Amino acid sequence: MFDFHKNHKVLVITALVGFVTLSFIVAVFPAYQMQNVQPLPQQPEMAQNEREGLNIYIREGCVACHTQQVRNIEMDNIWGDRPSIPSDYFYSKKRMGIWRQSPSLLGSERTGPDLTNIGKRQPSIDWHLLHLYNPRSVVAPSIMPSYPWLFDIVDTTSIKEDDKVVNLPDAFAPSPGKTIVAKKEALQLVAYLKSLQQTTLPDGREEKFIPAIEPKQMAGSKDIDNSSSLNGEQLYLQTCAVCHQDNGKGVAGAFPPLEGSDIVNDKNPELMIKIILQGYDARSEFATMQAFADQLSDAEIAAIATHERISWGNTGSAVTEEEVRKIREYITQDLNP
Amino acid sequence: MDSFQFLSLTLDFSTIPIIVQNTQINSDNWIANPGIIGTLILIFIILFVAVFILMAKLNSYVNLIKERQIEKKNLAFNEELLSLQENDIDDILHQRKRGLKYRLKGTELGSDQNALDEKGLIEWATHEPENPLFDEKKKTLLGLETSLALKKVVTYYLGASIFWLVFGTLVGQYVGMKFMWPEMDHFAWLSFGRLRPVHTNAVFWGWASLAMIGLAYFVVARTSNTKIHSYQSAWWTWRLINISVLLGTLSLMSGINNGGGEYREYTWPVMSIFVIGLILTFWNFYKTIASRKIKDIYVSNWYILAALIWTTVLAIIGYMPFFSNGLGETIIQGYYMHQGVGMWFMTFTLGLIYYYLPSSLNKPIYSYSLGVLAFWTQMLFYTMIGTHHFVFSPLPWWLQTTAIVFSAGMFIPVVAGTTNFLMTMRGSWSHISKSYVLPFFLVGVVFYFVGSTQGSVQAFRFTNYVWHFTDFNVAHSHMTMYGIITFILWACIYTILPKLTGKEPPQALVGAHFWMAFIGLFAYMISLMVGGTYKGLSWIEGNAFLNSVILMKPYWLWRAIGGSLMFTSHLIFAYNFYIMVSKRKSVEPIHVSSGEHVNN
Repeated sequence: MFDFHKNHKVLVITALVGFVTLSFIVAVFPAYQMQNVQPLPQQPEMAQNEREGLNIYIREGCVACHTQQVRNIEMDNIWGDRPSIPSDYFYSKKRMGIWRQSPSLLGSERTGPDLTNIGKRQPSIDWHLLHLYNPRSVVAPSIMPSYPWLFDIVDTTSIKEDDKVVNLPDAFAPSPGKTIVAKKEALQLVAYLKSLQQTTLPDGREEKFIPAIEPKQMAGSKDIDNSSSLNGEQLYLQTCAVCHQDNGKGVAGAFPPLEGSDIVNDKNPELMIKIILQGYDARSEFATMQAFADQLSDAEIAAIATHERISWGNTGSAVTEEEVRKIREYITQDLNP
Repeated sequence: MDSFQFLSLTLDFSTIPIIVQNTQINSDNWIANPGIIGTLILIFIILFVAVFILMAKLNSYVNLIKERQIEKKNLAFNEELLSLQENDIDDILHQRKRGLKYRLKGTELGSDQNALDEKGLIEWATHEPENPLFDEKKKTLLGLETSLALKKVVTYYLGASIFWLVFGTLVGQYVGMKFMWPEMDHFAWLSFGRLRPVHTNAVFWGWASLAMIGLAYFVVARTSNTKIHSYQSAWWTWRLINISVLLGTLSLMSGINNGGGEYREYTWPVMSIFVIGLILTFWNFYKTIASRKIKDIYVSNWYILAALIWTTVLAIIGYMPFFSNGLGETIIQGYYMHQGVGMWFMTFTLGLIYYYLPSSLNKPIYSYSLGVLAFWTQMLFYTMIGTHHFVFSPLPWWLQTTAIVFSAGMFIPVVAGTTNFLMTMRGSWSHISKSYVLPFFLVGVVFYFVGSTQGSVQAFRFTNYVWHFTDFNVAHSHMTMYGIITFILWACIYTILPKLTGKEPPQALVGAHFWMAFIGLFAYMISLMVGGTYKGLSWIEGNAFLNSVILMKPYWLWRAIGGSLMFTSHLIFAYNFYIMVSKRKSVEPIHVSSGEHVNN
């Protein structure tokens, strides 16, 4: 009966049935089950222009280099507050019409950073536009492609009021008399990137990362001031350097320098800490700075502020975790009396 | 929220094995101890040593047999001497005396008459060897008698495939250079994100697929001892596949892609053209095999038919819209991208090796049953492991575990296949110095073992932890798609084409092709593996992401250098192909004057 060597019909049918059966077990059935996933309660639906942005994201093949999955292992905790769960993709991974399938957002390579939480990490529209027009204008060693076709070069005189102008540093600026204006597509793409934010789980539930190593506190766990054990320079490079640059010089016309800054060198670090906690939009010649109160702990802010105050020829004093904690309390009271 | 609870449950469950695993590894070891790098190096040392030892063993075994034979002959000779009669000994002595006295007269070889080649046997005579720098390689034996129609089909499939090889790798080379010079151009159509899938899809569906189908037309007809069911259908498939790759390339460059999933970037209308081609090919082969003139279905045909069925099913499941929202798409993506390689390229190519390797060595395959075992285990294990591309992702943990377990199971078909091929080559190592066909096969088979094993090892959670998302993946896919598939296809082409057309490329050029491709691949692979490992370590250490970009730069440069060698070798290959099929009279006339030909 099963004479595969002599009977081509049996051979072909067995190979077909065997493969289809296995495929159903390992692919079709689990994929079908995944269709039951619900969104999280507070998860916002995607707006139309964000969806257009997602289409551009797919069109330009951004998924070739950027993942959107925070794995449940410790090294991924810089990309999100918690590991990704299936619900996170409820709105974004929907079929894109008749011709195209659901976008493969999870990706398989991190030539560039993971973008799961980029909207929270980098909410500045100006930064994103500069970065899309020419990534090297804000991140010097970047190897990301430029996307000049998402922008128009127009005569400076013909700029209309609702045009979004991109102020490039001199080295990247177009010829005099010309100005770079973001096309609608660029703004949609940035809107999509800004919408990429992890939703907090309901009821304060926490998804834990699998630790890479046994936590060191196991020997004698106690709360210690760990600002001294944190590496301020590394935190600065992770969090701040995309705008203020790793040499603290900022980007003219977009992000102010920290080198020689009055606020940074001020004997009293109060204003500086406040800006880090609450963000800053007092100077029209620079882009708005986001608030970092939710992203960074007191110890981390202290480490970063200390690094900024003693580097690049700055002469400020070190900042302690305690100082940051006090100011944070003060601000919270101020907001919710 | 049922699914939600289910998920968190699986996540909790998942933590157990990892923590158990990690109690033995402390953090200092992770970083300072180069265990991770060591693992990597060890794997390679072991594999290379294994191959080396195997070769040495086989060699010494062959020597042993030879020595025994010589000993036997000596014994026999001694016995013969002892049993000689007195008279015979006297005769021999007299003969010997006469021999010693003999002196040359000086006129033995020549005469005053003119030499005449009455039957036109001599085509070429020379006092000097043709090329003292290269070993004179063996000429292909007699041309096979094949119908013109079949010759034409095979040649056209191979011709088109080589076009896509050159085009696809040109794009690949360009894309690789963009890692160093991201500002090379500012055209949307040539941007990295759009060209990357152009490269992968062109070499997948254009180069490898067309070459495989073309080579299979010969295998199916030959091993069934009959003629192809319909040449018409062969030509239709040829057109459909080329059109689909052409349309796919243009649409990707213009920014229309299916959703960015690897190898699934062509939209369904484009891919269905390709799949229709597959179905036509399947039917054509099936009908040919059904009308075979021998009882048994040769094992090559198992693999070829199965690859066509499996890939058709795969494409249908991959493009079905019913279960691809949310992470359903990701599960299907893992399944599709892995099976695209495993069920299409690997299965099909294995089928080709089972015919072309023994055919090029002019001997049967070592074990038919091992081939059959490898066939069924290929189906069972390969199908289950797609999700290993998404280890630690939000996909169900049981699915990830299944994938990892079955990845380990892949050892069975891989070891079965490798053993079979190496044992077939055993005793024919002298062919290595005689022609480049066997070196191509040998590299392909060794990569089959190394690449597949390395892939299985990479699926383990521990190694995945270091290597996932890094350039190591790119190294792995070139190790397999290039080291295995492409090298084997070249071996098959160099085996069959000279027999079909009666023309051979100069061995120096085949050698240049072989060595440039091999060294290029090696540079490509090693640079990305080392760089990828450093990148993974940098992430584990928690360095700023940008550090991992900066540290990769020298490795990307080496990758591009390796890539240029590979690309150049393809140009040489294209020229060799041209020589093999060109209508001109062959460049090198066949000459019988060399002693080697007489001896072999």
